[in-house]
Amino acid sequence: MQKITLESLVEKAVSLLENGTVTSVLGWKKGEFDYDITPAVFESADELKKDFVWNDFCGANFSKYLVSKTCKSEGKILVFLKPCDTYSFNQLLTEHRFDREKVYAVGIPCEGMADINKVKEVVGDGISKIESNGDDLVVTTIYEDAPVKVTCKDVLAERCVNCKSKRHVAYDELLGEEGEVIASERFDEVERLEKMTPEERFAFWQNELSKCIRCNACRDVCPACTCEKCVFDNPNSGVENKAASNSFEEKMFHIIRAFHVAGRCTDCGECSRVCPQNIPLHLLNRKFIKDINEFYGEYQAGAEVGLRAPLVDYTLEDLEPGEVFDRRDNNA
Amino acid sequence: MRKCLVEDINSVLAQINKAAKVYLPVDGTDGKARFEEWAEGKEWSNALNTERSAKDFFFPQTENLMEFKTEGKNIEIIDIRSDKDDFVIFGVRGCDVRSFDILDRVFLVEPIDSFYKARREHGIIISVACGRPSETCFCGAFGIDASNPAGDVTVWRTKEAVYWQSNTDKGEELLKKVEGLTDCDEAAVEEEKAKIKKIMDKLPLANLSTEDFGAGKTMELFDSDKWKDLSESCLGCGTCTFVCPTCQCYDIKEFNAGKGVVRFRCWDSCMYSDFTQMSAGQPRLSQLERFRQRFMHKLVYYPERNDGIYGCVGCGRCLAKCPISMNIVKVMKSLGGKDNE
Ligand code: SF4
Ligand code: SF4
Ligand code: SF4
Ligand code: SF4
Repeated sequence: MQKITLESLVEKAVSLLENGTVTSVLGWKKGEFDYDITPAVFESADELKKDFVWNDFCGANFSKYLVSKTCKSEGKILVFLKPCDTYSFNQLLTEHRFDREKVYAVGIPCEGMADINKVKEVVGDGISKIESNGDDLVVTTIYEDAPVKVTCKDVLAERCVNCKSKRHVAYDELLGEEGEVIASERFDEVERLEKMTPEERFAFWQNELSKCIRCNACRDVCPACTCEKCVFDNPNSGVENKAASNSFEEKMFHIIRAFHVAGRCTDCGECSRVCPQNIPLHLLNRKFIKDINEFYGEYQAGAEVGLRAPLVDYTLEDLEPGEVFDRRDNNA
Repeated sequence: MRKCLVEDINSVLAQINKAAKVYLPVDGTDGKARFEEWAEGKEWSNALNTERSAKDFFFPQTENLMEFKTEGKNIEIIDIRSDKDDFVIFGVRGCDVRSFDILDRVFLVEPIDSFYKARREHGIIISVACGRPSETCFCGAFGIDASNPAGDVTVWRTKEAVYWQSNTDKGEELLKKVEGLTDCDEAAVEEEKAKIKKIMDKLPLANLSTEDFGAGKTMELFDSDKWKDLSESCLGCGTCTFVCPTCQCYDIKEFNAGKGVVRFRCWDSCMYSDFTQMSAGQPRLSQLERFRQRFMHKLVYYPERNDGIYGCVGCGRCLAKCPISMNIVKVMKSLGGKDNE
């Protein structure tokens, strides 16, 4: 389904390594199956040719890795960025979280990434091979003699169904064609939640958040969560908890996190992608984004480097706190 | 061997539930299976395995251990354990059943963990053979037979019928109380077992080898230069440890409950930076060291101390759940020398 080919990415990486522009490459590494791809650092043409992969399961957003990678390495690192990743990239730069001088960013177009869970809902378990063929994924399982065809569009990851932009907002070099910002329907689900009664909404989140195992994957993958030591990991903070002891603590972690990334979350969707309990965490963050848009005017975190987020910026047009209070009557 | 028709499974479970509370895998609103208490109207999930492992029943994620109350200079220690009734875990897969043996070797040796022991004694395990394993399953590498799992009772589910076989006195006692199970011969089950064995041989990880791991391999594997690449992008999130049926580390803390102090424990993860805080701090400073610990524990240290038994059961949860798709199979293939090429 991807329009840009694996070969062209490997070729680009090899030439940048060989001409000395970069000394390492942050890319996707082949797994056991065709969908279990691991972010990896490649240092030679041989490694790239052997293990680099680019397919419909390369969802991982590399921006956050730049924080640790540019800290440690002397040379430049090549990073491939999908359009949504470039927003995280800019946001991290805005917060001075990595050294731009040590990065060579190559923007690559993206047609949307598949969600293996959705593929499995269609074909079941026992997948031995997944190949891309035009608009389809051709899935071979150990249970069926003939491979099963799945339309890519039907198994897109949630964040890709609601992709907000095919346009890259940062790169040193762009491969393939540039896209446009999209009028996505990403707030529809938030509106559905807003229309619920407070009791219904409470029950919805209670059901979702009670599944949380506090593995912290959502936080650890989040490009907006780059504190060296999270308050929830600090035994001296008084709020450290490795497991929620009751349903209040369950919610506290998520609500505090949502507040902490408010105005900085680019809606990259990594939190929901990695949650092992399939909790739709993006809905919490999207609610904040939607409110910020409504209260302070349209704002997209990471759209440009150096943007001042509405929550840390004061203008005379800012709405009065009382107006927020008044909105309670229509549940929002 | 006993049997019932597939459509009668609910009435059989209802009867078991009269003898002891039944928990079974049920599909949630996200379509994924989790163990829930049986009740009229709850359907036994078709999913291969539950999102969380069955270890929760014996080693829950959080657990209050005791309370302290102070009056003047006296401290009263209050045992807050309530007596437990027998309970049945129905529909446990072979991998998770084996995980109980692995936990037993930790919690039931001196000093015995009495909290764990009490639950273990009250639990009755009904396992189920795996008709449709996933590509991520590799229980076979650890000698687990998915076609004939252990447990107090083993169940096979075919299109038409559910077959029941008791393996222990506890299991037999339970099945005796259930009306509506009829005696039958082994033929259908033997056929099902053969079918499952054939599938197991076709699994992509069927030939995964443990040859290069186990007791005595510490020095050889500990300093391998492969750990750097393997752990390179690990987030240190601990998802792998929390979904794992055999991960067994916990932390003990106290909290102020207003009128007194409660001591509780909760799962901990060797992947965390604040794991095992000693007076000098966490002994494993880098994520490489923490990552190495998890896999060395499962593949080398545990077998070293436990008669060669590995600390992994091949359930595949860490394969399915790791945000960066790094897992024990990739570790075994990378470190496992020729046999795993
Ligand atoms: S990733 Fe999911 S299960 Fe893990 S802490 Fe976040 S919400 Fe909870
Ligand atoms: S690992 Fe083995 S026992 Fe466990 S679910 Fe898969 S086939 Fe069944
Ligand atoms: S290490 Fe992974 S495969 Fe092995 S028992 Fe734990 S979760 Fe299952
Ligand atoms: S191996 Fe994967 S699941 Fe485990 S801590 Fe690292 S990133 Fe998280």
